[in-house]
Amino acid sequence: MEFNATLLGQAITFAILVWFTMKFVWPPLTNMMDERARRIADGLAAAERGKQDLEAAEKRVADEVRKAKQQSTEIMLAAEKRANQIVEEAKDAARVEGAKLVSDAKAEIEQEVLRAKEVLREQVAVLAVAGAEKILRREIDQAKNADLLASIKAEL
Amino acid sequence: MAGNATEYIKHHLTFWKSSHEGFWSIHVDTFSVSLILGFLFVGVFALVAKNAKLENPGRLQLFVESLVEMVNTQVKEIFHAESKVVAPLALTIFCWVFLMNAMDMLPVDLIPQIAAWVGYTFFGADPHHVYFRVVPSADVNSTFAMSISVMLCIIGFSIKAKGLGGWGKELLTAPFHAHSPILVVILAPVNFAFQMVELVAKPISLSLRLFGNMYAGELIFILIALLPWGAQWILGAPWAIFHILVITLQAFVFMMLTIVYLSLAVEKH
Repeated sequence: MEFNATLLGQAITFAILVWFTMKFVWPPLTNMMDERARRIADGLAAAERGKQDLEAAEKRVADEVRKAKQQSTEIMLAAEKRANQIVEEAKDAARVEGAKLVSDAKAEIEQEVLRAKEVLREQVAVLAVAGAEKILRREIDQAKNADLLASIKAEL
Repeated sequence: MAGNATEYIKHHLTFWKSSHEGFWSIHVDTFSVSLILGFLFVGVFALVAKNAKLENPGRLQLFVESLVEMVNTQVKEIFHAESKVVAPLALTIFCWVFLMNAMDMLPVDLIPQIAAWVGYTFFGADPHHVYFRVVPSADVNSTFAMSISVMLCIIGFSIKAKGLGGWGKELLTAPFHAHSPILVVILAPVNFAFQMVELVAKPISLSLRLFGNMYAGELIFILIALLPWGAQWILGAPWAIFHILVITLQAFVFMMLTIVYLSLAVEKH
């Protein structure tokens, strides 16, 4: 164990090494490492944000799909209802139309019957008059009985 | 054989001294090896720092970063004040001391034999008088140079944190506090003595711990080298493996204690 100027030399070396480390080794390395740590934190935060965004978007999509389904169901129900309604309406209209046709036909038939009756009546009157004429031609002057015949004709 | 062994050990424990007289002589081996190792450390680290990539760092960069991170964690845990010096200082101590200690892992005769050959071949020196101790931290000059520098840092940090008056007051009023003026005056020299012992004990314990460990390690390697060559591995291998732990641990301890001492220096009592 012997102390000599080596101690001073070593102390100077030590001081230079510390100074050099302080100047050129420590700051750039720690700055870089801090920067990297910051970037990693940023990246993780961005990933987290992205994940949240994705989740929100997925939720929105699901919402939209659900809404659309609901809407389509509603539309289908409405359409069905409308179709039923139309069918019912058509049925009603057909029924009314049918009834009208039937009643028209009935009215016509009645009219025809009436007309036929009228014709018949006239024919019967004519026949009766003709019959009466034949009977009377022999016995009675036609002219004298004309008013009688007219009254019969009117009664018929 | 006994004489031979003594010669061998003595030869291995002699420094390569410069030709100056007395105090001004220099241990060329200690100085040059530690200088080369120091520049190796700062060179590699500065190169890595200069080319440091934020993304896709290489293996060397990751290794350097892990060391920096380790030191940074320790400093942040222990040293709570703001300082630009402590962390680089701690990193320098750890790496430099580790590299100096690691010289112990070289075969004990390798460098001295090369030095003897070089001295004999190129400088015509007597190979028996070429000395080369390759472990700088087994030289008290090295360890004291560092620990005294640390002590100066402790004083500097104390003055910077508390002011010259504050530090002076602390030297006289701690660890024994008193309220009456008479007692304060009586206790002042006692306190001062305590503080001085504390201040001086720190660098001495720092440097002697490191020196003792490395000197003992080196000595045991030298003793193992005296065994017959076929039997050397029986002791040499376990000791070398154990010594990996010792050299790392000693570097770590030196660094940690430096941080602790400096944090104590800036804390108010």
